[in-house]
Amino acid sequence: MAPETTGANRPMVSVRGLNKWFGPLHVLKDIDLTVAAGEVVVVVGPSGSGKSTLCRCLNRLETAGQGSVEIDGEPLPAEGRALARLRADVGMVFQSFNLFGHKTVLDNITLGPTRVRRIARPEARQQAMALLERVGIADKADHHPAQLSGGQQQRAAIARALAMQPKVLLFDEPTSALDPEMVNEVLDVMVSLAAEGMTMIVVTHEMGFARRAADRVVFMDDGRIVESGAPDDFFAAPRTERARDFLSKILQH
Amino acid sequence: MEALTAHLSELGHGLVTTVELTVVTTVGAMLLGIVVATLRIAPVPLLRAIGTAYVEVFQNLPLLALLVLFVFALPTIGITFPLFTSAAIVIAVYEGAYLAEAIRAGINTVGVGQAEAARAIGLTFGQSLRHVILPQGLRAVIQPIGNICIALLMNTSLAAAVGVVELTQAANTVNLVEAQPIAVFTGAGLAYMLLALIIGQVTGLLERRLAIVR
Ligand SMILES: Nc1ncnc2c1ncn2[C@@H]1O[C@H](COP(=O)(O)OP(=O)(O)OP(=O)(O)O)[C@@H](O)[C@H]1O
Ligand SMILES: [Mg+2]
Repeated sequence: MAPETTGANRPMVSVRGLNKWFGPLHVLKDIDLTVAAGEVVVVVGPSGSGKSTLCRCLNRLETAGQGSVEIDGEPLPAEGRALARLRADVGMVFQSFNLFGHKTVLDNITLGPTRVRRIARPEARQQAMALLERVGIADKADHHPAQLSGGQQQRAAIARALAMQPKVLLFDEPTSALDPEMVNEVLDVMVSLAAEGMTMIVVTHEMGFARRAADRVVFMDDGRIVESGAPDDFFAAPRTERARDFLSKILQH
Repeated sequence: MEALTAHLSELGHGLVTTVELTVVTTVGAMLLGIVVATLRIAPVPLLRAIGTAYVEVFQNLPLLALLVLFVFALPTIGITFPLFTSAAIVIAVYEGAYLAEAIRAGINTVGVGQAEAARAIGLTFGQSLRHVILPQGLRAVIQPIGNICIALLMNTSLAAAVGVVELTQAANTVNLVEAQPIAVFTGAGLAYMLLALIIGQVTGLLERRLAIVR
């Protein structure tokens, strides 16, 4: 392996010339984005700018119209088992949690490891309990999702994603559906993941999180990446008019 | 009353055949229903078309006509099954179309987020169905499935028309001897009712036991 592709600078996610259309609607325009191993990238931008679609193209929940996506140097396969295998390496945390309603929290977490990774049940349970411990809801292991608060559900969903030992974690507005008093319990988990070196792409309006944990902020508008920089630079001195405009709107609140 | 008690053994055999036909057919129809419902939501257009065609064909033909065709037309091209097997196949295929629609309705109650989360952890389409979508979709339609099973039970009486000696046919035969249609068919009717009540009870039990905690 060439030296520049190893260690911390190895590109974990590499997006080249990504374009996406919904019918006539051009929602992603010539997106280029490289995220290094261990890097935390926060994606911000106005509603409809394509943040969710970008995330979903990274694990092929949406198929891109043009361009390429590589995860840890491997292009995303088109369909079938190879795609399923690669998806297992890309964790995703959704705004609406999407825990499996008919399963206990523990079974939510062990489903992927036992069925996709073929880990034996006792071992998967043990790992799941350790993850629940880590996100602080070990006492909820045998509860069903509906019996948990939003913040607890989202932490369970993070544990479910972590159980696959993903190479990258995608977060699409993980705290937007939460009551304000529960936002921090989820953000704290994310901050600690970032500190432990997890590669993360986070769509969020939580500027506090961006300042605390992000290596880079990417600003999207109208399907394009308009600006990209260190959080302090971006918040203190956005270079583009559109970013200034966006920041002035969200920072008023 | 004597008309019934004098023929308990014939009627009993008929009842057993009805129960057997119902159980075998229910199992077959459920499997077919799940397969066809799955076809109808498959990502491949051809598979969806096959699923839709299946439902359209079998929901829009009378069961009696299907039974008669299967039993009398297939032998002309050299295919024969025992009568019970023929009836079971035809009724399962027919009720499978109704079950497929009920199951599809159940699948539609499962949010897209569930399927996306399943795919996102690397489950294949088949695994997502089996471990995430169907368990939730089926739970949502236990009641309608129970109703279809009761309709299926009643429809097994059409097997009489092609010579299967199930409860209705047995009652018919007894009536030919005794000429007491009211007593004989009230008895048979009560037996059907009892079976339907049992199916209803099982449905209710399953619904309570499998309810998703909300
Ligand atoms: N499945 C879809 N079909 C058609 N259009 C879609 C679909 N999903 C998204 N869009 C459109 O694509 C554009 C980008 O949507 P996207 O959800 O990626 O934006 P976003 O930046 O995540 O917005 P928000 O902040 O509101 O979540 C929007 O115009 C949206 O209406
Ligand atoms: Mg979005």
